[in-house]
Amino acid sequence: MVLLQISEPGQSPEPHQRRRAVGIDLGTTNSLVATVRSGTPETLPDDKDCHLLPSVVHYAADGTVTVGHDAQSRATEDTLNTLASIKRFMGRGTADVKMLGSQLPYELVAGDSGMPNFRTVAGHVSPVAASAEILRVLADRAESALDGPLDGAVITVPAYFDEAQRQATKDAATLAGIKVLRLLNEPTAAAVAYGLDQGGEGIIAVYDLGGGTFDISILRLSHGVFEVLATGGDSALGGDDFDHAIAEWCCEQAGLGTNLDPGQQRQLMAVARQAKETLADQVEIGITVSGWQGRLDRETLNRLADPLIEKTLRACRRTLRDAELTPKDISAVVMVGGSTRMLRVREVVAETFSREPMVDIDPDCVVAIGAAIQADVLVGNKPGDEMLLLDVIPLSLGLETMGGLMEKIIHRNTTIPVAKAQDFTTYKDGQTAMAIHVLQGERELISDCRSLARFELRGIPPMVAGAAKIRVKFQVDADGLLNVSAKELNSGVEAHIEVKPSYGLNDEEVTRMLRESYTHARDDMQLRALREQQVEADRLYEDLSSAMSQDGRTLLNDKEYHCLEVALADLKQVRDSTSHREIARHIEMVSKTSEEFAARRMNASIKKALAGHSLDELDRDI
Amino acid sequence: MDITSNYFEIFGLPIGYEVDLDLLAERYRGLQRQFHPDKYADKPAREQRLAEQYASILNQAYSELKSPLQRAQYLLHLKGVDAAGDATITRDPSFLMEQMALREALSEVRDAADPFEALAQIADDASGHYLGLQKRFTGYMKSDEIQDALETVAKMQFYSKLLKEVTALEHELDE
Repeated sequence: MVLLQISEPGQSPEPHQRRRAVGIDLGTTNSLVATVRSGTPETLPDDKDCHLLPSVVHYAADGTVTVGHDAQSRATEDTLNTLASIKRFMGRGTADVKMLGSQLPYELVAGDSGMPNFRTVAGHVSPVAASAEILRVLADRAESALDGPLDGAVITVPAYFDEAQRQATKDAATLAGIKVLRLLNEPTAAAVAYGLDQGGEGIIAVYDLGGGTFDISILRLSHGVFEVLATGGDSALGGDDFDHAIAEWCCEQAGLGTNLDPGQQRQLMAVARQAKETLADQVEIGITVSGWQGRLDRETLNRLADPLIEKTLRACRRTLRDAELTPKDISAVVMVGGSTRMLRVREVVAETFSREPMVDIDPDCVVAIGAAIQADVLVGNKPGDEMLLLDVIPLSLGLETMGGLMEKIIHRNTTIPVAKAQDFTTYKDGQTAMAIHVLQGERELISDCRSLARFELRGIPPMVAGAAKIRVKFQVDADGLLNVSAKELNSGVEAHIEVKPSYGLNDEEVTRMLRESYTHARDDMQLRALREQQVEADRLYEDLSSAMSQDGRTLLNDKEYHCLEVALADLKQVRDSTSHREIARHIEMVSKTSEEFAARRMNASIKKALAGHSLDELDRDI
Repeated sequence: MDITSNYFEIFGLPIGYEVDLDLLAERYRGLQRQFHPDKYADKPAREQRLAEQYASILNQAYSELKSPLQRAQYLLHLKGVDAAGDATITRDPSFLMEQMALREALSEVRDAADPFEALAQIADDASGHYLGLQKRFTGYMKSDEIQDALETVAKMQFYSKLLKEVTALEHELDE
């Protein structure tokens, strides 16, 4: 017999309130925000019912910042102060940006940490700050749609993004006041969006051709677990390159020189993009540029596109080989990114994998939708959900060794999180310090790899060469971010660094920018911090209380149990104070006190899981 | 239970070279479903860190047991023998001949009429030898002939490396 649950008016019959979580696709050309409502993932529109937010930011002389369509409409007249394709600059050094080509319509200046900044009438703007503006607009949109502050967001990044680019993305979210639940690789997000709809099993290839990047990922889907087998791509190849190819063709045909002013360049690019998009439906289109009139047909477009598409296929073949698979092992191909609307791209991909690619979900929205599904799970709205994503690092991580060579510690396509240690020794008698240079890349020579960080282990006691034993430990967390520590084992001397890549912002910069943004911000920073700490305190209180009532009596002795009870009572009292620091201090204290209990619970559940195994074995034997 | 003690125990598998890879994969996914940090995303930071450690160990254990070479090295490591270095050398003349022949073939691939076909041939050849060595390793471990097992692992190391070079060359030819 079931008793009906009676709830008072205004009271929710559910013990847990749904938390507000979103998925954000921070794209090169467009950005999107999505959420799961009543079990259905959907992208959220602005007040004009537009879902896509152009990733364009305009800075005016009076300091006014506009984002999206309004900013985009100023691109031609006020080119230098209208920033587009910002994602291409994220986590890049000045040298990298030069490689992006000569067609940059911006004025770049070196920033504090070697990262290029845009020069605008409103001052120098870093790519991170500009991206934060876009993220803030999306977060505001979500907060008004969901009627309250966000509990967290999953933000997507190209699988091929390196450490610096990931860190820059996370910094942008922090700057926008968004709590990042997870950085999620875009192809993985797309597979999630399709995978759950179809309840499928098998090997999935995700072909993701966005505005500025190309990613290919191979995943195995099995009972709700998405396991990335290999990932590859080109972080400087995308739809923009097709536009450039068309624009160059137009220049040639029209006899225009290469010395176009920034406004003309923008106009030419807009015409090129328009032509590319129109040719998805028509076989031919008329083009007008700077007084020249001509026609572009699909055949010519294909001829211009083919070399670029072939580049993506090379990456596909390489990634399949890394996964030790061939095209015939693939059971589904998912298309992501606006550029996969090009018919030629679909044709060639279908040919390569001998199957029609999946295009049911709008290729512009599919990533945000997958991210929203993941955010919903991570924030705890779907307890007991089977879904799990096992992602990999896209590029190898290692150290500089003698002779300027890179020694890999963690190889690319290793599943994260991961921790690996390697031992080194001193090469000089009496050597008391060792320089540690952390690198990312696949090449042998360190000059061909990206330098992530340098630090020094000092205070090694003088010994003969080769006697010291220095253990360097690499840890990559589930966001793909790296931590490195070094320890001399005989003496216990230690050094540690959280890898803030040379091109990322250092902590001071982030703090300074945060402070600046908060002076103008709508929210009171103190209040926000207080609310965050209270939420955290409540969460900890709830979790620990329920853990204690479940396992406290079996896993703790009387004294330990009593200790935790007292700590919990303290936490409950302090929770209502007005000092976020005081609450944070208590959270830290309670967490520390309960650490051993948490470890015992984990071990107990492993034992339980293994007990399940022996049952399996019994079944098998019968 | 100490989760760092033994990779086989973590997955509830018998200690030995022959491993049911499907079962291993299934158990790995089952355990990750319980211990991956994503399952602790709304839990206190300390539990998240703990989950991260557990998931890291699971990933490491899975990748070592999955790989034929690393699994062999790990089994020897459990016997107290370090097989991961390059210390062991073999004087087996037929192996050395085969090694030279394959190396030579690999260096001539670029000049072959069909380089991809030539590469596939080398890969087939090397894979065959590699599998044969794995069978022999199983036997040596069963009869506890550690020295022979160690020498076999050294040979396996060569084929594993060669197969990686084949893939790298394939990538290059594709550029």
